[in-house]
Amino acid sequence: MDFLKVTSSPHMRHEDTTRVIMLDVILALVPALIWAVYIFGTRALVLTIVSAASAVIFEFLYRLIMKKSATVGDFSAVVTGILLAYTLPVSVPMWMPVLGSFFAIVIVKQLYGGIGKNVVNPALAARVFLFLAFPSEMATYTSPFTKLPAFANVGADVVASATPLSNLKAGTAPDEKLIDLFIGNSAGCIGEVSILLVLAGGLYLLVRKTITWHIPVSFILTSAVIAYIFPGTGMDAVQYVLSELCTGGLVMAAVFMATDYTTSPVSSKGRIIYGIGCGLITMLIRKCGSYDEGVSFAILVMNCLAWYIDKFTRPRVFGGAKKNEK
Amino acid sequence: MNTLKKMMRAGIIDENPIFVQLLGMCPTLAVTTSASNGFGMGLTVICVLALSNFLISLLRKFIPQQVRIASYIVVISGVVTAIQLLIKAYLPELDKSLGLFIPLIVVNCIILARAEAFASKNNVVMSILDGIFMGAGFTIALTLLGIIRELIGCGTIFGFDVLLRFGYTPILFFVQPAGAFITLGVLIGAVTAIRNKTDGRKKALKGDEAK
Repeated sequence: MDFLKVTSSPHMRHEDTTRVIMLDVILALVPALIWAVYIFGTRALVLTIVSAASAVIFEFLYRLIMKKSATVGDFSAVVTGILLAYTLPVSVPMWMPVLGSFFAIVIVKQLYGGIGKNVVNPALAARVFLFLAFPSEMATYTSPFTKLPAFANVGADVVASATPLSNLKAGTAPDEKLIDLFIGNSAGCIGEVSILLVLAGGLYLLVRKTITWHIPVSFILTSAVIAYIFPGTGMDAVQYVLSELCTGGLVMAAVFMATDYTTSPVSSKGRIIYGIGCGLITMLIRKCGSYDEGVSFAILVMNCLAWYIDKFTRPRVFGGAKKNEK
Repeated sequence: MNTLKKMMRAGIIDENPIFVQLLGMCPTLAVTTSASNGFGMGLTVICVLALSNFLISLLRKFIPQQVRIASYIVVISGVVTAIQLLIKAYLPELDKSLGLFIPLIVVNCIILARAEAFASKNNVVMSILDGIFMGAGFTIALTLLGIIRELIGCGTIFGFDVLLRFGYTPILFFVQPAGAFITLGVLIGAVTAIRNKTDGRKKALKGDEAK
């Protein structure tokens, strides 16, 4: 008589658990990693593994020491670790992703209560922390296909390469062709160089309905519009817009970082406002700030505003009072 | 003697101006880039706090209720100016490293808070003791913050090489303003956790209400 059992709602269930979602994100991140290994060598893979593993270990140890339930099984720490590694240059020493993971997991995530309770995106906050703490290491980029040791620290003799982004900042056109920038044949962070493969990962997440289109599209479109209105010198507007979009971590951040569930608004309208805000601040920093890349700061600022956007765009409760009725 | 012990505990642990009352955050965050700066600032505040509490306690029966805050500020700024001149004369190095933050002690909320909450209601001796213990709590907090930030951010403590000789790469972040906020946040969390554990949750909550 099982079918006559009376239960309370919900009656329809979906297999979307945190673990499934996180596994989807990891899967979507894999193509960018394969490309990174292809152009930067095994060091990129080792850095990513070190970062993800240390994130998991820190999460496990923190929950163990504080006598809280173990949460490593949901794989969110793995995603944080991978995302952190993706935003690092390939020449950083091996201890740096470990330190970054500690900051991301313990300070940004667990001290606020763990998964679902952090205010800002852990991976991005850790990236900004490393960026402010070690400005020179975090700004040393190597050209594609430079031979780097897989494990040992990279010496100071490594040839630093100008990134397309720093070229744009300096007001000149990037040396690379647009198609190279799009495919990822340029200097940059491990997971951010290949726009094509990041977009492919994003498309997979869209098809799986892990993310919605609102944030990435509004983020990227806003950046494009601003780049079109205020073009750089030495190239036509369309080329400039495409170069801005295909350099740095803009697409990577728009697809994987800004769409983090915990730190982005819930409603569609709110997500569009959030994406526009991210785009505006990113371009403001790229155009007027002293740093090359403004994506991480932009998303962190909007993370802090997400609760307010949610409050502002709260939909009317069905059957509830109308907005202007008291 | 028991009261003395109680006041000491209140100033340093239970009602620590920085970790519990969260008063005077501006100098706390700004000057603690090194242990000696934090310590110097703390000592200055002890002097100002003890003297201002002493004077305000003496004057408490003459000051009209309606203009008491303004009167307190006049007394406090007088004390601070005197101490600033003394530091300029005898500790020029400390004056150089603390700079603007010495005159800014006038608007430090701890001083006014103790004047309003304690010195205006208690006798002279108690007020001086309260100033000294509250100042001690402030000094301990600032020195601790300074030690941690200097150790991680520069690899030294009070200017002595501690970590650098082991090939440590200083994390500049911790001597920057953002590092101050994070270090302070972690410290407040740790102190609160310790207080909760030692006093039991009830007593800690009571302390919060009293504040």
